[in-house]
Amino acid sequence: MQRKVHVRTTINNQAVEFLCEPRQSLLECLRDIVGLTGTKEGCNDGNCGSCTVVLDDRIVTSCLVLGVEAEGRKITTIEGIAAGNQLHRLQQAFLTNAALQCGICTPGFIVAAKALLDSEPNPDEERIRLWLAGNLCRCTGYDKIVRAVSECAREAKA
Amino acid sequence: MSMPTYKVIGTRPVRHDGADKVTGRAIYGADVQLAGMLHGYVLRSPHAHARILRIDTGKAQAFPGVMAVVTADDFPRTPDRIVDLGEGETPLSCVRGNMLARGKVLYRGHAIAAVAAVNMHVAEEAASLIEVDYEPLACALTAPDAMRADAPVIHGSLRMKELGAPTDTPGNVAEHFRHVKGDIEKGFAEADLIVEREFDTATVHQGYIEPQNATALWNNDGRVLIWCSTQGAFVVRDVTACVLDLPVSQVKVTPTEIGGGFGGKIPVYLEPVAAMLSKKTGRPVKIVMSRKDVFEATGPTPGSHMKVKIGARKDGRITAAQAYLAFEAGAYPGAMVGPAGMTVFAAYDLEHVTIDGYDVVVNKPSTAAYRAPGAPNAAFATESVVDELAQKLGIDPIEFRLKNAAKEGTRRADGPKFRKIGCVEVLEAMKNSPHYKTPLQGPNRGRGVALGFWFNVGLPSSCTISVNSDGTVNLVEGSTDIGGTRTSIAMQAAEVLGIAAEAVQPTVVDTDSVGFTAVTGGSRTTFATGWAAYEAAQDVMRQLKERAAKLWETEAAGVEAAGGVFRSGDRSMSFAELAARLGETGGPVVGRGAVNPRGVGGSFAGSIADVEVDPETGKTTILRFTCVQDAGKAIHPSYVEGQMQGGSVQGIGWALNEEYWMSEQGAMMNSSLLDYRMPTSLDLPMIETCIVEVPNPGHPFGVRGVGEANIVPPAAAVANAVCHAAGVRLFRLPMNPPAIMEALWKPGGKSSQLVPRNP
Repeated sequence: MQRKVHVRTTINNQAVEFLCEPRQSLLECLRDIVGLTGTKEGCNDGNCGSCTVVLDDRIVTSCLVLGVEAEGRKITTIEGIAAGNQLHRLQQAFLTNAALQCGICTPGFIVAAKALLDSEPNPDEERIRLWLAGNLCRCTGYDKIVRAVSECAREAKA
Repeated sequence: MSMPTYKVIGTRPVRHDGADKVTGRAIYGADVQLAGMLHGYVLRSPHAHARILRIDTGKAQAFPGVMAVVTADDFPRTPDRIVDLGEGETPLSCVRGNMLARGKVLYRGHAIAAVAAVNMHVAEEAASLIEVDYEPLACALTAPDAMRADAPVIHGSLRMKELGAPTDTPGNVAEHFRHVKGDIEKGFAEADLIVEREFDTATVHQGYIEPQNATALWNNDGRVLIWCSTQGAFVVRDVTACVLDLPVSQVKVTPTEIGGGFGGKIPVYLEPVAAMLSKKTGRPVKIVMSRKDVFEATGPTPGSHMKVKIGARKDGRITAAQAYLAFEAGAYPGAMVGPAGMTVFAAYDLEHVTIDGYDVVVNKPSTAAYRAPGAPNAAFATESVVDELAQKLGIDPIEFRLKNAAKEGTRRADGPKFRKIGCVEVLEAMKNSPHYKTPLQGPNRGRGVALGFWFNVGLPSSCTISVNSDGTVNLVEGSTDIGGTRTSIAMQAAEVLGIAAEAVQPTVVDTDSVGFTAVTGGSRTTFATGWAAYEAAQDVMRQLKERAAKLWETEAAGVEAAGGVFRSGDRSMSFAELAARLGETGGPVVGRGAVNPRGVGGSFAGSIADVEVDPETGKTTILRFTCVQDAGKAIHPSYVEGQMQGGSVQGIGWALNEEYWMSEQGAMMNSSLLDYRMPTSLDLPMIETCIVEVPNPGHPFGVRGVGEANIVPPAAAVANAVCHAAGVRLFRLPMNPPAIMEALWKPGGKSSQLVPRNP
């Protein structure tokens, strides 16, 4: 077995240390070592977006990042989106718009959509569709997801 | 008859499991962690068809960190028998053979052996050390190829079932069935116009985002405990018990949240293998498939070769319809061609019909159900021919369908006579939709419509409801929730109890904790488990009336309940007030419902598609899309719309891009989500929906079930739209850019009809 590496990082505004093998992806480290299983694996090759997290203000597919690359970085996962017991307005909008069915892609979509609204508070439909094109959903046909994000964009505008 | 008024049904409450699913707290199969857990990896065949000469697991067994290796030889060799897989009966030998190959591999990806190790990387490394000697054999990859006289024989023991009877005919055709109604020759003789076309559709995958997974613990008391993502916990229990030769009571399956299924998570692939690895190691073992494994080793839906011939009179009345359906079963019989035969002409009231169906084994993964399995293929063929007839006869395509639409009393060629159905209502709604009433303008654009039917299923469901002292209830059910069914089931209980949807707490439980419940499939969950909840709620109400009568010292028969208030004479009490007094009136109230409903109501759906075809690249853009579907009664309209939108988009992907791209040696060349191109948000417009409600007389609230019919017509509607946009009709799915360019460029193609993008 490979010798493990000590990684110090910040996850959801909390200092975290973990030991991982150099070959382990950030996705694997988050899920199997740190225990944050809200980030999902759908393909493990960067094509479905279910494992989307924010790494230093940039969204990444965590299956394509190595765990050791988290050293000294800041990571936000789906578990860090709500403020304590208070759902983020995107999470609320997903619920009221019925923007999820099976829910496996939902964490990735919410992390990606939040990154969009953080950088562009008023995206139009086309911009939302472009931004979310890296996240696959097989249940909804995207309609209600786009509506949920649009609703939050409108709120930002109001 | 006026529609009854409801307080809860038809509203749009937030789903009960919503908060868990938007915060990442919901536990899916791959999230399961147990103390001491090992990770499993399955070694798979690199050949599509080969004899296994030798398997040597020695080096893998000796690899540091490896705790156990299993092959088919580790499993009991009980005599073959027929088992029910949840959506049909299959020989146990096929189930077993698909789980771990014995003697021969029948498709690339076929499981050979499995390793349990301290982590998945060690397990994968060790699996690569397993030595397997193969004798590669020629393979047959499509139904027409596998049906040729000189085709390689995939199962030496297979004998064709011909028109219901066994024969001695060997080969790759497992079954040939025929449905006949009227006199097909007489029907065609009455036609003024006959159109006959051949169609092919590629193998496509359900494409759920969550790969298959299973965690198993063969416990020290002899019980096998399983956690997995499945559409049917009881199917996993029963199949695992069969394969391991255990009584069903020795297996307990806890269904986790499930990340999509669409029929693909009915079959059992991993659970008995994980259990056997656990038995050998004494520790829990988790196996999670890779995406490549999902494509190569789990059930896609059949590719198909079809011929459809329809004759019509000048007035637009169809006189005869004939279909030839040859479907690829994959490695084991069961191609879902049966449902294709049931649905191919189901939307029409026809006098003279012949339908021939062939179930053909090929060297591809064993196919599984995929949302109205078989019906979208068949509808692509029928609805393309219907469109061509309407076009040639100069009749509006919706009017043409209305002239021939099935209605109450219509007898299908496969036997059943329709009860109350919403075929005409769906067509009228399509005709009156804002979409159809808005003319489509612009070059290279076309509009297509299509109609589809799915019969839906009933099957058993169980449910219990216990009353809490604060006026809420706990609802326990066994249907795994893929798309919001906790809520659609809870709402039906709430309606009966006269309380809010939020006052019902639904929980999906393990196979020890609820009565037998069949799969989440066949559009049955809101229909059948909803009915079980209705029965359980009625049982609660009966008991609560008795309690109220006790408090009021009167007869239960004199107590009435409506809107959450119990009344007798001038006395009244709310549901919550009565719930708080159960202790003094005899103790807890628990209601139960166990059903196997017969009153299944089929659902019709229609699609309207506007497309633009790029003359330079052949790329088709969906400009506008509308789905119309008869829900019977929409319990939670948002989730009904969600089904309609999701099914439509899967159909669009099927129409335009998705396919298993196979090498001649039977290797899937595009087994990633990059190359197997499912629609993204950027490929689509909003999907407009119109819910039609023709109540199903066979359900207390009129529910029909809405999960499937919506995927039946989209591919045909898109094909018809492409034809009207590009001036050429395509007869093969997918209609990807190369296919469209080829059609435009071939002699007689109409590339000149398209307007260049930059003239």
